[in-house]
Amino acid sequence: MSVDSMFVHKMWNDHELSKMVEGGIPYPMLSDGGGKIGTLYGIYDDEAGIETRGRFIIDPDGNVQGFEVLTPPVGRNVEESIRQIQAFQLVRNSKGTEATPSGWKPGKMTLKPGPALVGKVWEVWKTKMAFDK
Amino acid sequence: MAEELKAGCARPTSEIPIEKEVSIQIEKPTKQEAKMIRVGKKAPDFTAPAYHKGKFINVTLSDYLGKWVVLCFYPGDFTFV
Repeated sequence: MSVDSMFVHKMWNDHELSKMVEGGIPYPMLSDGGGKIGTLYGIYDDEAGIETRGRFIIDPDGNVQGFEVLTPPVGRNVEESIRQIQAFQLVRNSKGTEATPSGWKPGKMTLKPGPALVGKVWEVWKTKMAFDK
Repeated sequence: MAEELKAGCARPTSEIPIEKEVSIQIEKPTKQEAKMIRVGKKAPDFTAPAYHKGKFINVTLSDYLGKWVVLCFYPGDFTFV
């Protein structure tokens, strides 16, 4: 979503993005003229008249699970967004019985929060796991 | 889910559903509260015009209930990052 019109989105997709992504952009490119929605989400820069790089992960109940906002010159890390979605999905599927520690990736160890884990995280989770590849 | 738009001369704009005002308020809020996005709380609903696979459509966030949604804002088309 940006403040550009849907017509400009079409031109950008057809003339540039479709050369980067085969078949063009697969998801809807939304238009937010005037930044009304961006203002609602707290990421619209009214001095510059643009949206900053806000990214919101919204779960199937319509609740915001996470967000990240960057100033324009720095791009996002898509892999990190996907990792977060995978983590939120795991937690949701476990109905809150599992949690993903720092550095978690799919297939890695999760934590089972409960009285038995209090003061014992150090036994199962090591600092180097925050940097696991 | 998404209705197709007729491409006319007017530039379509987004819509935010107006929340029903509480009719009687005993205490006046001292200042206008800016709503903050909070994790674990509802994402504000909206409808916005969009371009999607060759068509102009209207997209409403609440139509995606039941699915995971990634909502991304960016500074502008034809920018570099």
